[in-house]
Amino acid sequence: MIPLVTAQAVAFWVLGPLTVIAGIGMVTSRKPVHSALCLAGLMVCLAGLYASLDAPFLFVAQIIVYTGAVMMLFVFTMMVIGIDTVDEMIETIKGQRIAAIVGVVGLLALLILAVGHGIVSDSVGLDQAVGTEGNVKSIAYLVFSKYVFPFEATAALLITAALAAMVLAHGEQLFKKERQPERIVRRTKEFGELGTQPGPLPNPGVYARHNSVDNPSLLPDGSIAEDSIIPTLADRGIVVVDRDRLVTPTMRANKAIVDVRDDQKGVVPSDEQIASDKADENGTKEVNR
Amino acid sequence: MNPNAFIILSAILFSIGVLGFLVRRNAIIAFMSIELMLNAANLSLATFANVHGNLDGQIAAFFVMVVAAAEVVVGLAIIVTIFRTRRSASVDDENLLKH
Repeated sequence: MIPLVTAQAVAFWVLGPLTVIAGIGMVTSRKPVHSALCLAGLMVCLAGLYASLDAPFLFVAQIIVYTGAVMMLFVFTMMVIGIDTVDEMIETIKGQRIAAIVGVVGLLALLILAVGHGIVSDSVGLDQAVGTEGNVKSIAYLVFSKYVFPFEATAALLITAALAAMVLAHGEQLFKKERQPERIVRRTKEFGELGTQPGPLPNPGVYARHNSVDNPSLLPDGSIAEDSIIPTLADRGIVVVDRDRLVTPTMRANKAIVDVRDDQKGVVPSDEQIASDKADENGTKEVNR
Repeated sequence: MNPNAFIILSAILFSIGVLGFLVRRNAIIAFMSIELMLNAANLSLATFANVHGNLDGQIAAFFVMVVAAAEVVVGLAIIVTIFRTRRSASVDDENLLKH
């Protein structure tokens, strides 16, 4: 007799080994980013297993919550604390790694022996529990009737967690922040005492040519406006300080325009000619009337 | 198919999570191992829901997911705070309470 191969069995034997491989990869890879990648793959595989267990809601929630939100948070934290921190493999407690592996193998054997054959009946399947309503609706009925108080408690938990994250993640402020009223008072005082400009500083960039922050703007007399660039950039030495370099394109364009105008002299009517032509036209029109 | 296979897979994943938590020194990876353990528990919950033919297991798994999300938020915030003061994400360097 040919054994019946269900879609569940196919999903299990494809995704199950993948989850184990990804889990081992997560534990053994040196770089945290590789671990995160393995864990994300593992969670996607687990989502597939949920789908094979008639849990479409868990399947979607797993992908959205875990691979979407939680893994993103992990990677974001990695970005904050440095992505290239490689785990040092020195043992702090001697023999700890061997002891951990032995203990975990023992735990695994214990779990498999204790609960690995615990299910003696066949799967009932969720067809009866779900009925004609579908998985999501049935879960919603349960969540909002039997499990409504735990559900409310999770709402409180999420708000508390969000608050805690904000409190923990905010850094201490080293000096008082200058707000708009204080800034105006300071600037006016500086204007009165030192004569510094009270208004905003000029923007960087040469008009209609470059507006990147490393291009200082030019004053009407052609000199460079020092205020228009950020002091940090100037300290790093990446600011364009050569006035000719800023001016050259404009001069070249101007020269090209002048050259073209010289070439077209006589061919294209000059401004005065256009003006007189217009006047003539008006005159002829009036005559025609 | 025999539902015990899912339980055994769940046990394997849980053990891998325990191993990662015990062996790795990086706080973030230790945290990921905790997530792995929670996921393994979720898998067994979904399996039991399928075996017993009611949805309570799936709802329990859903609550585990919510709690895990909240836990990740707070835990990672703590890791960032510790990193700010100690300039390290290794669990060996958090020894201020030792002496």
